[in-house]
Amino acid sequence: MSRAALLLLADGRFPAGGHAHSGGVEAAVAHGAVHDTESLEAFCLGRLHTTGLTMAGLAAAAAAGHDPLLLDDAADARTPVPALRAVARRLGRQMMRAARATFPSEDLELLAAERPRGAHQPLVLGLAARAAGLTALDAAYATAYENVSGPATAAVRLLSLDPLDASGLLARLSPDMDAVATAAARAADRVTTEGVDALPSASSPLLDIIGEQHAAWTVRLFAS
Amino acid sequence: MHLDPPATMPQRHTHSAGPLRADGSRRALRVGLGGPVGSGKTASVAALCRTLRDRWSIAVVTNDIYTREDAEYLLREAVLPPERITAVETGACPHTAIRDDISANLEAVEHLEETLHPLDLVLIESGGDNLTATFSKGLVDVQIFVIDVSSGDDIPRKGGPGITTADLLVVNKTDLAPHVGADLAAMAVDAERQRGDLPVVFTSLTSDDGIREVADWVTAHLSEWRVKAAV
Repeated sequence: MSRAALLLLADGRFPAGGHAHSGGVEAAVAHGAVHDTESLEAFCLGRLHTTGLTMAGLAAAAAAGHDPLLLDDAADARTPVPALRAVARRLGRQMMRAARATFPSEDLELLAAERPRGAHQPLVLGLAARAAGLTALDAAYATAYENVSGPATAAVRLLSLDPLDASGLLARLSPDMDAVATAAARAADRVTTEGVDALPSASSPLLDIIGEQHAAWTVRLFAS
Repeated sequence: MHLDPPATMPQRHTHSAGPLRADGSRRALRVGLGGPVGSGKTASVAALCRTLRDRWSIAVVTNDIYTREDAEYLLREAVLPPERITAVETGACPHTAIRDDISANLEAVEHLEETLHPLDLVLIESGGDNLTATFSKGLVDVQIFVIDVSSGDDIPRKGGPGITTADLLVVNKTDLAPHVGADLAAMAVDAERQRGDLPVVFTSLTSDDGIREVADWVTAHLSEWRVKAAV
């Protein structure tokens, strides 16, 4: 395997559409829940341990070679609101385009053919990691990191926060990312014996609610 | 590491630089329109649609700073039916969406191609940005950069990738030149110095058929594109 491939996959500049999404931060800023570095950190921490853990589990399971179609259903079951399902599939399509060009593999081709309108993004990322020869844990790390780095970057743009504060915040969350990625990979290990129910299913109802509301805004900077 | 051999991996879905769609049919010519805020990009798109829509099947993708503002202008002006206009959100970074990460724009273009097939021309309008904003060649076939005389007649002299490399430079709002003291001749000289043989067109969209030269330029590229795709 090439560990460098993980850096490529986790890089915010990887052209897979993520830059246009705030991970719920735009809506949270509008509600006043996120207004400075401290509240952003609380937001990211909450997101990481709920949605982030769930997505990292799906990514790890896909990277471990479990059936992506079963995982796609499992992702739907773990994404209760229609707006965020649509976002996950749209980002999955965009990730698929980038992944097929960057880490071509038969697994990606098969999933693209089965889900032409897009599979949930974490599984596509997991398959891309697999194609690059990375491990389930690597895929979980990439997803966990993306889960907080995306909102942090968006908040810098929305609130004109000091970008150095945002990077400091991400560094402080490193132990939590370690814990989430490790838990996600361990859960993915258990899928063979226990099925997809072994995967984390943590959710954040407030993220779901504001995500659905945000989709109905007529004026917004971010797609989600 | 178990990368599959590249020979087994057709690249046809990963980018769309070729003139043909996956099913072998000709895809539409993709024309990007970029330029600073307020230079008249949306008005140019509207004028191009009005001039070319009877002859060609057209669709538009807008990249608004704030979602749908430009798309709604085009809808209000009724230059095309609503299903032919799509807005892409850019996460406060309009240049990223047309250059560094074009995936959302490509998706929008491909969706229009699928639903409106056969399509001759897709106009992709960037969000109002700065002088460095250019389109990726993975997204557009040719690009137009629109500036205007009222933002300062020194803009062509300042250069930047948009001014120097766009396939066509449009200097808009020439009707305002006397009111803002803009020297059109100096702008033309500066533009030529920056661009060499690349074409420059001066427009005033308030006059009848003010978009004509730009429309002719697009039509010429479209004709060339169709010949290439037919080979």
